[in-house]
Amino acid sequence: MEKDKDLSVSLCGVKLQNPVVPASGCFGFGYVMSEYYDINCLGAISIKGTTREPRAGNPLPRVAECEAGMINSVGLQNPGIDAVVAQELPKLREVYSRPIIANISGFSIDEYVECCAKADAAPQVDIIELNVSCPNVHGGGMSFGTQCESVAEVTRAVKAVAKKPLFVKLSPNVTDIVAIARAAEEAGADGICLINTLLGMRIDIRTRRAIVANVMGGFSGPAIFPVAVRMVWQVAQACGIPVMGCGGVSTARDVIEMMMAGATAVQVGAANLRDPYACPRIIEALPAEMERLGISSLSEIIGAAHGK
Amino acid sequence: MTNKMMRKQLEYDFTLVRNERLAEKTWLMELQAPADAPADLIARPGQYVNIEVEGKFLRRPISVCDWTSDGRLTLLYDVVGEGTAAMSAWQPGRSVNMLAPLGNGFDVNALGERPLLIGGGIGIAPLYWLAKAIVAAGRKPTVVLGFNKGADVVFVDQFREVTDEVYVATANGECGVKGFVTDVDAVKDAASFSAYAACGPYPMMRALGTMLPERGQLSLDERMACGFGICMCCCIATRSGLKGICKAGPVFRSEDLIWK
Ligand SMILES: Cc1cc2nc3c(=O)[nH]c(=O)nc-3n(C[C@H](O)[C@H](O)[C@H](O)COP(=O)(O)O)c2cc1C
Repeated sequence: MEKDKDLSVSLCGVKLQNPVVPASGCFGFGYVMSEYYDINCLGAISIKGTTREPRAGNPLPRVAECEAGMINSVGLQNPGIDAVVAQELPKLREVYSRPIIANISGFSIDEYVECCAKADAAPQVDIIELNVSCPNVHGGGMSFGTQCESVAEVTRAVKAVAKKPLFVKLSPNVTDIVAIARAAEEAGADGICLINTLLGMRIDIRTRRAIVANVMGGFSGPAIFPVAVRMVWQVAQACGIPVMGCGGVSTARDVIEMMMAGATAVQVGAANLRDPYACPRIIEALPAEMERLGISSLSEIIGAAHGK
Repeated sequence: MTNKMMRKQLEYDFTLVRNERLAEKTWLMELQAPADAPADLIARPGQYVNIEVEGKFLRRPISVCDWTSDGRLTLLYDVVGEGTAAMSAWQPGRSVNMLAPLGNGFDVNALGERPLLIGGGIGIAPLYWLAKAIVAAGRKPTVVLGFNKGADVVFVDQFREVTDEVYVATANGECGVKGFVTDVDAVKDAASFSAYAACGPYPMMRALGTMLPERGQLSLDERMACGFGICMCCCIATRSGLKGICKAGPVFRSEDLIWK
Protein backbone atom coordinates (compact mmCIF):
# COMPACT_ATOMS: atom_id res chain seq x y z
CA MET A 1 0.00 0.00 0.00
CA GLU A 2 1.27 3.47 -0.91
CA LYS A 3 0.46 4.97 2.46
CA ASP A 4 2.60 2.44 4.32
CA LYS A 5 5.77 3.38 2.46
CA ASP A 6 8.74 4.42 4.55
CA LEU A 7 10.57 7.29 2.87
CA SER A 8 12.82 8.20 5.78
CA VAL A 9 16.60 8.04 5.69
CA SER A 10 19.34 8.92 8.13
CA LEU A 11 22.45 10.97 7.27
CA CYS A 12 25.12 10.63 9.95
CA GLY A 13 22.43 10.54 12.62
CA VAL A 14 20.40 13.38 11.10
CA LYS A 15 16.97 11.98 10.35
CA LEU A 16 15.33 13.03 7.07
CA GLN A 17 11.61 12.28 6.58
CA ASN A 18 12.41 11.67 2.92
CA PRO A 19 15.61 11.80 0.84
CA VAL A 20 14.65 14.84 -1.29
CA VAL A 21 16.84 17.90 -0.67
CA PRO A 22 16.89 21.07 -2.81
CA ALA A 23 20.51 21.60 -3.90
CA SER A 24 22.59 24.62 -2.99
CA GLY A 25 22.07 27.65 -5.22
CA CYS A 26 18.78 26.35 -6.56
CA PHE A 27 16.61 27.27 -3.58
CA GLY A 28 18.03 30.56 -2.29
CA PHE A 29 17.88 30.57 1.50
CA GLY A 30 14.66 28.56 1.36
CA TYR A 31 12.13 30.95 2.87
CA VAL A 32 11.26 32.52 -0.49
CA MET A 33 9.94 29.13 -1.59
CA SER A 34 7.63 28.91 1.41
CA GLU A 35 5.47 31.50 -0.35
CA TYR A 36 4.67 28.84 -2.93
CA TYR A 37 4.39 25.64 -0.88
CA ASP A 38 4.94 24.29 2.61
CA ILE A 39 8.67 23.58 2.54
CA ASN A 40 8.32 21.40 5.63
CA CYS A 41 7.54 18.58 3.20
CA LEU A 42 11.25 18.47 2.22
CA GLY A 43 13.86 16.06 3.54
CA ALA A 44 16.32 18.89 4.19
CA ILE A 45 17.40 22.14 2.51
CA SER A 46 20.90 23.02 1.31
CA ILE A 47 21.22 26.81 1.39
CA LYS A 48 23.00 29.05 -1.14
CA GLY A 49 26.79 28.76 -1.07
CA THR A 50 28.13 31.11 1.56
CA THR A 51 31.56 32.74 1.83
CA ARG A 52 33.33 34.71 4.54
CA GLU A 53 32.81 38.07 2.84
CA PRO A 54 29.67 39.18 0.97
CA ARG A 55 30.05 38.60 -2.78
CA ALA A 56 28.31 40.48 -5.59
CA GLY A 57 28.86 37.61 -8.03
CA ASN A 58 29.63 37.74 -11.75
CA PRO A 59 28.38 40.24 -14.34
CA LEU A 60 25.22 39.47 -16.35
CA PRO A 61 24.31 37.49 -18.37
CA ARG A 62 24.84 34.61 -15.98
CA VAL A 63 22.77 31.96 -17.67
CA ALA A 64 22.75 30.07 -20.97
CA GLU A 65 20.27 27.50 -22.17
CA CYS A 66 21.46 24.03 -23.14
CA GLU A 67 19.90 20.84 -24.44
CA ALA A 68 18.29 19.34 -21.33
CA GLY A 69 20.04 21.73 -18.99
CA MET A 70 21.58 25.11 -18.39
CA ILE A 71 24.84 26.88 -17.68
CA ASN A 72 25.06 29.29 -14.76
CA SER A 73 27.83 31.64 -13.70
CA VAL A 74 26.27 33.26 -10.65
CA GLY A 75 29.77 33.47 -9.12
CA LEU A 76 28.74 32.65 -5.56
CA GLN A 77 26.74 35.80 -4.97
CA ASN A 78 25.84 35.73 -1.26
CA PRO A 79 25.57 38.15 1.68
CA GLY A 80 28.51 36.58 3.60
CA ILE A 81 28.46 34.19 6.56
CA ASP A 82 27.74 36.83 9.23
CA ALA A 83 24.58 38.01 7.47
CA VAL A 84 23.56 34.42 6.74
CA VAL A 85 23.87 33.52 10.43
CA ALA A 86 22.25 36.74 11.67
CA GLN A 87 19.45 37.05 9.12
CA GLU A 88 18.96 34.29 6.58
CA LEU A 89 19.05 31.26 8.89
CA PRO A 90 16.63 32.76 11.47
CA LYS A 91 14.30 33.75 8.62
CA LEU A 92 14.35 30.20 7.29
CA ARG A 93 13.80 28.75 10.77
CA GLU A 94 10.65 30.84 11.18
CA VAL A 95 8.95 28.90 8.39
CA TYR A 96 10.81 25.59 8.39
CA SER A 97 11.56 23.02 11.08
CA ARG A 98 13.44 20.28 9.17
CA PRO A 99 17.23 19.87 8.77
CA ILE A 100 19.31 22.66 7.25
CA ILE A 101 22.53 22.05 5.34
CA ALA A 102 24.95 25.01 5.25
CA ASN A 103 26.86 25.04 1.95
CA ILE A 104 30.20 26.75 2.55
CA SER A 105 32.65 28.03 -0.06
CA GLY A 106 36.03 29.59 0.27
CA PHE A 107 39.09 30.74 -1.59
CA SER A 108 41.66 29.83 1.08
CA ILE A 109 41.90 27.30 3.91
CA ASP A 110 41.57 30.13 6.45
CA GLU A 111 38.38 31.32 4.86
CA TYR A 112 36.82 27.84 4.83
CA VAL A 113 37.78 27.31 8.46
CA GLU A 114 36.41 30.63 9.67
CA CYS A 115 33.20 30.25 7.69
CA CYS A 116 32.60 26.64 8.75
CA ALA A 117 33.25 27.47 12.41
CA LYS A 118 30.56 30.15 12.23
CA ALA A 119 28.12 27.82 10.46
CA ASP A 120 28.90 25.09 12.99
CA ALA A 121 28.08 27.45 15.85
CA ALA A 122 24.74 28.46 14.31
CA PRO A 123 21.99 26.54 16.11
CA GLN A 124 19.88 26.25 12.93
CA VAL A 125 22.54 24.28 11.01
CA ASP A 126 22.45 20.47 11.09
CA ILE A 127 25.01 19.53 8.45
CA ILE A 128 27.91 21.40 6.86
CA GLU A 129 28.48 20.92 3.14
CA LEU A 130 31.91 21.98 1.99
CA ASN A 131 31.89 23.15 -1.62
CA VAL A 132 35.44 22.47 -2.84
CA SER A 133 34.78 23.56 -6.44
CA CYS A 134 36.12 27.08 -5.83
CA PRO A 135 39.55 28.20 -7.00
CA ASN A 136 42.29 28.23 -4.36
CA VAL A 137 43.81 31.71 -4.48
CA HIS A 138 46.98 30.46 -2.78
CA GLY A 139 47.21 27.42 -5.05
CA GLY A 140 47.57 29.21 -8.37
CA GLY A 141 43.79 29.43 -8.82
CA MET A 142 43.32 25.68 -9.25
CA SER A 143 40.06 24.47 -7.75
CA PHE A 144 40.50 22.87 -4.29
CA GLY A 145 38.42 19.97 -5.51
CA THR A 146 40.77 18.90 -8.29
CA GLN A 147 43.62 17.59 -6.15
CA CYS A 148 43.63 14.96 -3.42
CA GLU A 149 46.07 16.94 -1.28
CA SER A 150 44.06 20.18 -1.25
CA VAL A 151 40.77 18.32 -0.65
CA ALA A 152 42.37 16.49 2.28
CA GLU A 153 43.93 19.66 3.64
CA VAL A 154 40.72 21.68 3.63
CA THR A 155 38.68 18.75 5.01
CA ARG A 156 41.14 18.19 7.87
CA ALA A 157 41.28 21.88 8.74
CA VAL A 158 37.51 22.25 8.82
CA LYS A 159 37.01 18.98 10.67
CA ALA A 160 39.22 20.35 13.44
CA VAL A 161 36.80 23.22 14.12
CA ALA A 162 33.39 21.76 13.20
CA LYS A 163 31.44 19.39 15.44
CA LYS A 164 28.50 18.89 13.09
CA PRO A 165 28.52 16.26 10.34
CA LEU A 166 30.75 17.42 7.49
CA PHE A 167 29.89 16.50 3.88
CA VAL A 168 32.46 17.36 1.23
CA LYS A 169 30.77 18.34 -2.03
CA LEU A 170 32.91 17.23 -4.95
CA SER A 171 33.46 18.71 -8.38
CA PRO A 172 33.04 16.28 -11.30
CA ASN A 173 35.73 18.15 -13.27
CA VAL A 174 38.47 15.71 -12.26
CA THR A 175 40.17 12.68 -13.77
CA ASP A 176 39.64 10.33 -10.81
CA ILE A 177 36.63 11.06 -8.61
CA VAL A 178 37.30 7.99 -6.47
CA ALA A 179 40.76 9.16 -5.45
CA ILE A 180 39.37 12.57 -4.47
CA ALA A 181 36.50 11.04 -2.48
CA ARG A 182 38.89 8.72 -0.66
CA ALA A 183 41.14 11.64 0.20
CA ALA A 184 38.16 13.43 1.76
CA GLU A 185 37.12 10.32 3.68
CA GLU A 186 40.64 9.70 4.99
CA ALA A 187 40.88 13.35 6.07
CA GLY A 188 37.81 12.87 8.27
CA ALA A 189 34.78 13.75 6.12
CA ASP A 190 31.54 12.32 7.52
CA GLY A 191 29.95 12.14 4.09
CA ILE A 192 30.39 12.98 0.41
CA CYS A 193 28.02 15.03 -1.76
CA LEU A 194 28.36 14.81 -5.52
CA ILE A 195 28.23 16.15 -8.15
CA ASN A 196 28.61 19.88 -8.51
CA THR A 197 28.24 21.36 -12.01
CA LEU A 198 30.33 20.34 -15.02
CA LEU A 199 32.37 23.16 -16.53
CA GLY A 200 30.64 24.18 -19.75
CA MET A 201 30.35 26.91 -22.35
CA ARG A 202 27.95 28.14 -25.05
CA ILE A 203 28.61 30.59 -27.87
CA ASP A 204 26.08 32.92 -29.48
CA ILE A 205 26.66 32.13 -33.16
CA ARG A 206 25.27 35.50 -34.24
CA THR A 207 27.58 37.63 -32.09
CA ARG A 208 30.41 35.01 -32.05
CA ARG A 209 30.83 35.58 -28.32
CA ALA A 210 30.30 33.40 -25.26
CA ILE A 211 26.73 33.73 -23.99
CA VAL A 212 27.58 34.13 -20.30
CA ALA A 213 29.65 37.19 -19.45
CA ASN A 214 32.11 35.06 -17.50
CA VAL A 215 32.62 32.96 -20.67
CA MET A 216 32.47 29.56 -18.88
CA GLY A 217 29.98 28.36 -16.32
CA GLY A 218 28.55 25.37 -14.51
CA PHE A 219 26.47 22.95 -16.59
CA SER A 220 23.63 21.17 -14.81
CA GLY A 221 20.18 19.72 -15.40
CA PRO A 222 18.83 16.39 -16.73
CA ALA A 223 21.68 16.10 -19.26
CA ILE A 224 24.22 15.42 -16.50
CA PHE A 225 22.20 12.72 -14.71
CA PRO A 226 24.12 9.74 -16.15
CA VAL A 227 27.45 11.32 -15.16
CA ALA A 228 26.14 11.88 -11.63
CA VAL A 229 24.80 8.31 -11.30
CA ARG A 230 28.13 6.92 -12.47
CA MET A 231 30.16 9.02 -10.04
CA VAL A 232 27.83 8.30 -7.10
CA TRP A 233 28.08 4.60 -7.89
CA GLN A 234 31.89 4.70 -8.02
CA VAL A 235 32.24 6.73 -4.82
CA ALA A 236 29.67 4.66 -2.89
CA GLN A 237 31.59 1.54 -3.94
CA ALA A 238 34.93 2.92 -2.76
CA CYS A 239 33.97 4.79 0.43
CA GLY A 240 32.38 3.77 3.69
CA ILE A 241 30.67 7.10 4.47
CA PRO A 242 27.19 8.20 3.32
CA VAL A 243 26.75 9.85 -0.06
CA MET A 244 24.32 12.57 -1.09
CA GLY A 245 23.69 12.20 -4.81
CA CYS A 246 23.13 15.28 -6.96
CA GLY A 247 22.99 16.09 -10.66
CA GLY A 248 20.13 16.12 -13.13
CA VAL A 249 17.48 14.70 -10.82
CA SER A 250 13.96 15.72 -11.81
CA THR A 251 11.64 12.76 -11.11
CA ALA A 252 10.86 10.21 -8.39
CA ARG A 253 12.37 7.55 -10.64
CA ASP A 254 15.63 9.53 -10.80
CA VAL A 255 15.67 9.65 -6.98
CA ILE A 256 15.28 5.87 -6.80
CA GLU A 257 17.99 5.33 -9.41
CA MET A 258 20.39 7.65 -7.57
CA MET A 259 19.72 5.78 -4.32
CA MET A 260 20.32 2.45 -6.02
CA ALA A 261 23.68 3.86 -7.15
CA GLY A 262 24.50 4.40 -3.49
CA ALA A 263 23.00 7.73 -2.41
CA THR A 264 21.40 8.04 1.02
CA ALA A 265 19.85 11.41 0.17
CA VAL A 266 19.27 13.00 -3.22
CA GLN A 267 19.61 16.66 -4.08
CA VAL A 268 17.52 18.41 -6.72
CA GLY A 269 19.07 21.49 -8.34
CA ALA A 270 18.17 23.02 -11.68
CA ALA A 271 14.79 21.22 -11.81
CA ASN A 272 13.54 23.72 -9.18
CA LEU A 273 14.24 26.60 -11.55
CA ARG A 274 12.03 25.21 -14.28
CA ASP A 275 9.32 23.94 -11.95
CA PRO A 276 9.00 25.64 -8.54
CA TYR A 277 7.03 22.61 -7.33
CA ALA A 278 9.63 20.05 -8.52
CA CYS A 279 10.53 18.81 -5.02
CA PRO A 280 7.01 18.35 -3.59
CA ARG A 281 6.00 16.69 -6.86
CA ILE A 282 8.87 14.22 -6.57
CA ILE A 283 8.06 13.54 -2.90
CA GLU A 284 4.38 12.93 -3.69
CA ALA A 285 5.24 10.61 -6.58
CA LEU A 286 7.66 8.46 -4.57
CA PRO A 287 5.17 6.16 -2.78
CA ALA A 288 3.41 5.14 -6.02
CA GLU A 289 6.75 4.57 -7.73
CA MET A 290 7.92 2.46 -4.77
CA GLU A 291 4.69 0.45 -4.94
CA ARG A 292 5.26 -0.26 -8.65
CA LEU A 293 8.81 -1.40 -7.92
CA GLY A 294 7.96 -3.44 -4.84
CA ILE A 295 9.94 -1.21 -2.46
CA SER A 296 8.56 -0.76 1.05
CA SER A 297 11.35 1.30 2.58
CA LEU A 298 13.65 3.63 0.67
CA SER A 299 16.59 3.02 2.98
CA GLU A 300 16.58 -0.61 1.79
CA ILE A 301 17.54 0.33 -1.75
CA ILE A 302 20.61 2.46 -0.95
CA GLY A 303 23.41 0.96 -3.02
CA ALA A 304 21.15 -1.82 -4.38
CA ALA A 305 22.92 -1.64 -7.74
CA HIS A 306 26.16 -2.77 -6.11
CA GLY A 307 24.76 -6.21 -5.52
CA LYS A 308 25.89 -5.94 -1.91
CA MET B 1 0.64 18.42 -6.78
CA THR B 2 -2.05 18.11 -4.11
CA ASN B 3 -3.46 21.24 -2.49
CA LYS B 4 -2.26 20.11 0.89
CA MET B 5 1.25 21.47 0.32
CA MET B 6 0.38 24.28 -2.12
CA ARG B 7 0.37 27.80 -0.73
CA LYS B 8 0.36 30.02 -3.76
CA GLN B 9 -0.30 28.63 -7.20
CA LEU B 10 2.24 29.90 -9.72
CA GLU B 11 1.69 27.41 -12.51
CA TYR B 12 -1.28 27.46 -14.87
CA ASP B 13 -2.31 25.79 -18.10
CA PHE B 14 -3.76 28.43 -20.39
CA THR B 15 -5.50 27.65 -23.68
CA LEU B 16 -4.17 29.30 -26.82
CA VAL B 17 -6.88 31.26 -28.59
CA ARG B 18 -4.99 33.20 -31.23
CA ASN B 19 -1.39 33.27 -32.45
CA GLU B 20 -0.56 35.47 -35.40
CA ARG B 21 2.20 37.50 -36.92
CA LEU B 22 1.74 41.28 -36.67
CA ALA B 23 5.08 42.56 -38.00
CA GLU B 24 8.31 41.22 -39.50
CA LYS B 25 9.46 39.58 -36.29
CA THR B 26 6.63 40.28 -33.85
CA TRP B 27 3.76 37.92 -33.01
CA LEU B 28 0.66 38.27 -30.90
CA MET B 29 -0.65 35.49 -28.73
CA GLU B 30 -4.01 35.49 -27.00
CA LEU B 31 -4.66 32.93 -24.30
CA GLN B 32 -7.55 32.04 -22.04
CA ALA B 33 -6.89 31.39 -18.35
CA PRO B 34 -8.24 28.16 -16.84
CA ALA B 35 -11.65 28.55 -15.17
CA ASP B 36 -10.20 28.33 -11.65
CA ALA B 37 -7.77 31.22 -12.14
CA PRO B 38 -8.80 34.35 -10.19
CA ALA B 39 -10.00 37.41 -12.14
CA ASP B 40 -7.11 39.39 -10.67
CA LEU B 41 -4.51 36.66 -11.31
CA ILE B 42 -2.29 39.20 -13.02
CA ALA B 43 -2.44 42.17 -10.72
CA ARG B 44 -0.41 44.90 -12.38
CA PRO B 45 0.81 46.02 -15.79
CA GLY B 46 4.52 45.27 -16.11
CA GLN B 47 4.25 41.77 -14.67
CA TYR B 48 5.25 38.87 -16.89
CA VAL B 49 4.68 35.15 -17.41
CA ASN B 50 7.28 32.41 -17.93
CA ILE B 51 6.25 30.00 -20.66
CA GLU B 52 7.23 26.36 -21.00
CA VAL B 53 8.43 25.38 -24.47
CA GLU B 54 8.75 21.67 -25.26
CA GLY B 55 12.33 20.54 -25.57
CA LYS B 56 13.68 23.70 -23.93
CA PHE B 57 14.99 23.50 -20.39
CA LEU B 58 14.37 27.12 -19.43
CA ARG B 59 11.02 28.83 -19.77
CA ARG B 60 10.57 31.95 -21.90
CA PRO B 61 9.74 35.12 -19.95
CA ILE B 62 7.17 37.28 -21.82
CA SER B 63 5.66 40.58 -20.62
CA VAL B 64 1.93 40.82 -20.19
CA CYS B 65 0.64 43.10 -22.97
CA ASP B 66 -2.96 42.96 -21.77
CA TRP B 67 -5.06 41.16 -19.19
CA THR B 68 -8.80 41.41 -18.72
CA SER B 69 -10.79 40.14 -15.74
CA ASP B 70 -12.49 37.49 -17.90
CA GLY B 71 -9.12 35.71 -18.00
CA ARG B 72 -7.96 36.83 -21.43
CA LEU B 73 -4.20 37.27 -21.64
CA THR B 74 -2.49 39.01 -24.57
CA LEU B 75 1.24 38.67 -25.20
CA LEU B 76 3.44 40.23 -27.86
CA TYR B 77 6.69 38.43 -28.59
CA ASP B 78 9.58 38.69 -31.02
CA VAL B 79 10.73 35.52 -32.74
CA VAL B 80 14.44 35.68 -31.91
CA GLY B 81 15.58 32.13 -31.26
CA GLU B 82 14.53 28.49 -31.34
CA GLY B 83 12.19 28.81 -28.36
CA THR B 84 10.17 31.71 -29.71
CA ALA B 85 10.24 30.16 -33.21
CA ALA B 86 8.62 27.04 -31.73
CA MET B 87 6.01 29.21 -30.00
CA SER B 88 5.10 30.89 -33.29
CA ALA B 89 4.09 27.51 -34.72
CA TRP B 90 1.60 26.77 -31.91
CA GLN B 91 -1.98 26.33 -33.06
CA PRO B 92 -5.09 27.67 -31.29
CA GLY B 93 -6.63 25.15 -28.91
CA ARG B 94 -3.36 23.90 -27.48
CA SER B 95 -2.54 24.09 -23.82
CA VAL B 96 0.26 26.45 -22.77
CA ASN B 97 1.92 25.89 -19.40
CA MET B 98 3.21 29.00 -17.67
CA LEU B 99 4.26 30.48 -14.36
CA ALA B 100 2.09 33.53 -13.69
CA PRO B 101 2.13 36.19 -12.50
CA LEU B 102 5.81 37.03 -12.04
CA GLY B 103 7.56 40.29 -11.17
CA ASN B 104 6.44 43.47 -9.44
CA GLY B 105 4.92 45.54 -12.25
CA PHE B 106 4.46 49.31 -12.62
CA ASP B 107 3.05 51.53 -9.88
CA VAL B 108 0.24 53.32 -11.73
CA ASN B 109 -0.48 55.85 -8.97
CA ALA B 110 3.15 56.89 -8.63
CA LEU B 111 3.11 57.90 -12.30
CA GLY B 112 0.96 60.89 -11.37
CA GLU B 113 -1.46 63.04 -13.36
CA ARG B 114 0.45 63.27 -16.66
CA PRO B 115 2.55 60.20 -17.30
CA LEU B 116 4.87 59.67 -20.23
CA LEU B 117 5.25 56.10 -21.46
CA ILE B 118 8.32 55.21 -23.56
CA GLY B 119 8.69 51.86 -25.31
CA GLY B 120 11.39 50.49 -27.59
CA GLY B 121 10.93 47.45 -29.83
CA ILE B 122 9.18 44.57 -28.09
CA GLY B 123 9.43 46.67 -24.90
CA ILE B 124 6.24 48.43 -26.01
CA ALA B 125 4.22 45.37 -24.95
CA PRO B 126 3.78 46.03 -21.20
CA LEU B 127 3.01 49.71 -21.87
CA TYR B 128 -0.27 48.83 -23.57
CA TRP B 129 -2.03 47.54 -20.47
CA LEU B 130 -0.29 50.27 -18.46
CA ALA B 131 -1.77 52.92 -20.78
CA LYS B 132 -5.23 51.36 -20.38
CA ALA B 133 -4.83 51.28 -16.58
CA ILE B 134 -3.83 54.96 -16.54
CA VAL B 135 -6.90 55.89 -18.62
CA ALA B 136 -9.10 53.76 -16.33
CA ALA B 137 -7.71 55.76 -13.39
CA GLY B 138 -8.97 58.94 -15.09
CA ARG B 139 -5.63 60.24 -16.40
CA LYS B 140 -4.18 60.68 -19.83
CA PRO B 141 -0.90 59.07 -20.86
CA THR B 142 1.40 60.25 -23.63
CA VAL B 143 3.01 57.33 -25.45
CA VAL B 144 6.29 57.26 -27.40
CA LEU B 145 7.08 54.09 -29.35
CA GLY B 146 10.46 53.47 -30.99
CA PHE B 147 11.43 50.83 -33.55
CA ASN B 148 14.40 50.09 -35.76
CA LYS B 149 12.60 50.20 -39.11
CA GLY B 150 9.19 50.43 -40.71
CA ALA B 151 8.71 46.65 -40.90
CA ASP B 152 9.10 46.42 -37.11
CA VAL B 153 6.38 48.96 -36.30
CA VAL B 154 3.62 47.20 -34.43
CA PHE B 155 0.57 47.85 -32.20
CA VAL B 156 0.50 51.62 -32.85
CA ASP B 157 -3.20 51.58 -33.81
CA GLN B 158 -4.06 49.69 -30.64
CA PHE B 159 -2.27 52.35 -28.57
CA ARG B 160 -4.12 55.08 -30.50
CA GLU B 161 -7.45 53.57 -29.41
CA VAL B 162 -6.36 54.10 -25.79
CA THR B 163 -4.93 57.61 -26.08
CA ASP B 164 -4.66 60.18 -28.86
CA GLU B 165 -1.13 61.18 -27.88
CA VAL B 166 0.97 58.50 -29.51
CA TYR B 167 4.30 59.32 -31.18
CA VAL B 168 6.42 56.95 -33.24
CA ALA B 169 10.13 57.00 -34.04
CA THR B 170 12.13 54.68 -36.29
CA ALA B 171 15.92 54.59 -36.33
CA ASN B 172 16.00 54.62 -40.14
CA GLY B 173 13.21 57.18 -40.50
CA GLU B 174 10.78 54.91 -42.37
CA CYS B 175 8.00 55.81 -39.98
CA GLY B 176 7.45 58.83 -37.71
CA VAL B 177 10.40 60.74 -36.30
CA LYS B 178 13.80 59.63 -37.64
CA GLY B 179 15.91 58.53 -34.71
CA PHE B 180 15.53 57.05 -31.26
CA VAL B 181 12.81 57.65 -28.68
CA THR B 182 15.13 60.27 -27.16
CA ASP B 183 14.76 62.29 -30.40
CA VAL B 184 11.00 62.63 -29.93
CA ASP B 185 9.87 66.04 -28.59
CA ALA B 186 7.79 64.55 -25.78
CA VAL B 187 10.86 62.74 -24.42
CA LYS B 188 13.08 65.80 -24.80
CA ASP B 189 10.41 67.64 -22.85
CA ALA B 190 10.05 64.86 -20.23
CA ALA B 191 10.41 67.40 -17.40
CA SER B 192 6.92 68.68 -18.15
CA PHE B 193 5.39 65.27 -17.35
CA SER B 194 4.55 64.06 -13.86
CA ALA B 195 6.66 60.88 -14.26
CA TYR B 196 7.65 58.34 -16.88
CA ALA B 197 7.58 54.58 -17.41
CA ALA B 198 9.85 52.82 -19.92
CA CYS B 199 10.66 49.43 -21.31
CA GLY B 200 13.08 48.60 -24.09
CA PRO B 201 16.57 47.36 -24.97
CA TYR B 202 19.43 48.08 -22.57
CA PRO B 203 21.01 50.99 -24.54
CA MET B 204 17.66 52.78 -24.61
CA MET B 205 17.10 52.19 -20.89
CA ARG B 206 20.57 53.45 -20.07
CA ALA B 207 20.07 56.54 -22.22
CA LEU B 208 16.76 57.31 -20.49
CA GLY B 209 18.03 56.43 -17.02
CA THR B 210 21.03 58.75 -17.30
CA MET B 211 19.14 61.55 -19.09
CA LEU B 212 16.10 61.34 -16.79
CA PRO B 213 17.38 60.02 -13.45
CA GLU B 214 14.26 61.04 -11.53
CA ARG B 215 10.60 60.04 -11.43
CA GLY B 216 11.05 57.10 -13.77
CA GLN B 217 9.92 53.48 -13.61
CA LEU B 218 12.13 51.34 -15.85
CA SER B 219 11.37 47.76 -16.75
CA LEU B 220 14.59 45.80 -17.38
CA ASP B 221 14.96 42.86 -19.72
CA GLU B 222 17.73 40.34 -18.95
CA ARG B 223 18.41 36.66 -19.42
CA MET B 224 16.92 34.96 -16.38
CA ALA B 225 16.41 31.40 -15.22
CA CYS B 226 13.79 30.75 -12.51
CA GLY B 227 11.66 33.92 -12.63
CA PHE B 228 10.66 33.71 -8.96
CA GLY B 229 13.77 34.82 -7.09
CA ILE B 230 15.77 31.79 -6.03
CA CYS B 231 18.70 31.23 -8.42
CA MET B 232 20.29 34.70 -8.48
CA CYS B 233 21.01 34.41 -12.20
CA CYS B 234 19.62 37.91 -12.93
CA CYS B 235 20.84 40.01 -9.98
CA ILE B 236 22.01 43.59 -10.51
CA ALA B 237 23.53 46.16 -8.18
CA THR B 238 21.05 48.90 -7.25
CA ARG B 239 21.39 51.78 -4.80
CA SER B 240 19.45 49.66 -2.32
CA GLY B 241 21.67 46.57 -2.76
CA LEU B 242 21.73 43.55 -5.06
CA LYS B 243 18.31 42.83 -6.54
CA GLY B 244 17.00 40.02 -8.70
CA ILE B 245 15.38 41.48 -11.82
CA CYS B 246 12.96 38.54 -11.95
CA LYS B 247 11.26 39.10 -8.60
CA ALA B 248 12.27 42.48 -7.12
CA GLY B 249 11.85 43.83 -10.69
CA PRO B 250 11.55 43.86 -13.61
CA VAL B 251 10.40 47.44 -12.85
CA PHE B 252 12.85 49.61 -10.91
CA ARG B 253 12.69 53.24 -9.84
CA SER B 254 15.12 55.32 -11.91
CA GLU B 255 16.62 56.66 -8.65
CA ASP B 256 17.58 53.10 -7.68
CA LEU B 257 19.45 52.12 -10.83
CA ILE B 258 23.20 52.35 -11.39
CA TRP B 259 24.31 52.68 -15.03
CA LYS B 260 27.62 51.38 -16.33
C1 LIG C 1 21.98 28.61 -10.47
C2 LIG C 1 22.83 27.60 -9.72
C3 LIG C 1 23.56 28.00 -8.60
C4 LIG C 1 24.36 27.08 -7.90
N1 LIG C 1 25.03 27.49 -6.77
C5 LIG C 1 25.74 26.58 -6.04
C6 LIG C 1 26.39 26.95 -4.82
O1 LIG C 1 26.30 28.10 -4.37
N2 LIG C 1 27.10 26.00 -4.14
C7 LIG C 1 27.19 24.70 -4.59
O2 LIG C 1 27.81 23.87 -3.93
N3 LIG C 1 26.56 24.32 -5.73
C8 LIG C 1 25.85 25.21 -6.45
N4 LIG C 1 25.20 24.80 -7.61
C9 LIG C 1 25.31 23.41 -8.02
C10 LIG C 1 24.10 22.61 -7.59
O3 LIG C 1 23.96 22.61 -6.19
C11 LIG C 1 24.21 21.16 -8.11
O4 LIG C 1 25.33 20.55 -7.53
C12 LIG C 1 24.35 21.08 -9.62
O5 LIG C 1 23.57 22.08 -10.24
C13 LIG C 1 23.94 19.72 -10.18
O6 LIG C 1 22.60 19.42 -9.88
P1 LIG C 1 21.37 19.68 -10.92
O7 LIG C 1 21.74 19.04 -12.21
O8 LIG C 1 20.18 19.05 -10.25
O9 LIG C 1 21.24 21.16 -11.05
C14 LIG C 1 24.42 25.73 -8.33
C15 LIG C 1 23.68 25.34 -9.45
C16 LIG C 1 22.88 26.24 -10.15
C17 LIG C 1 22.10 25.77 -11.34
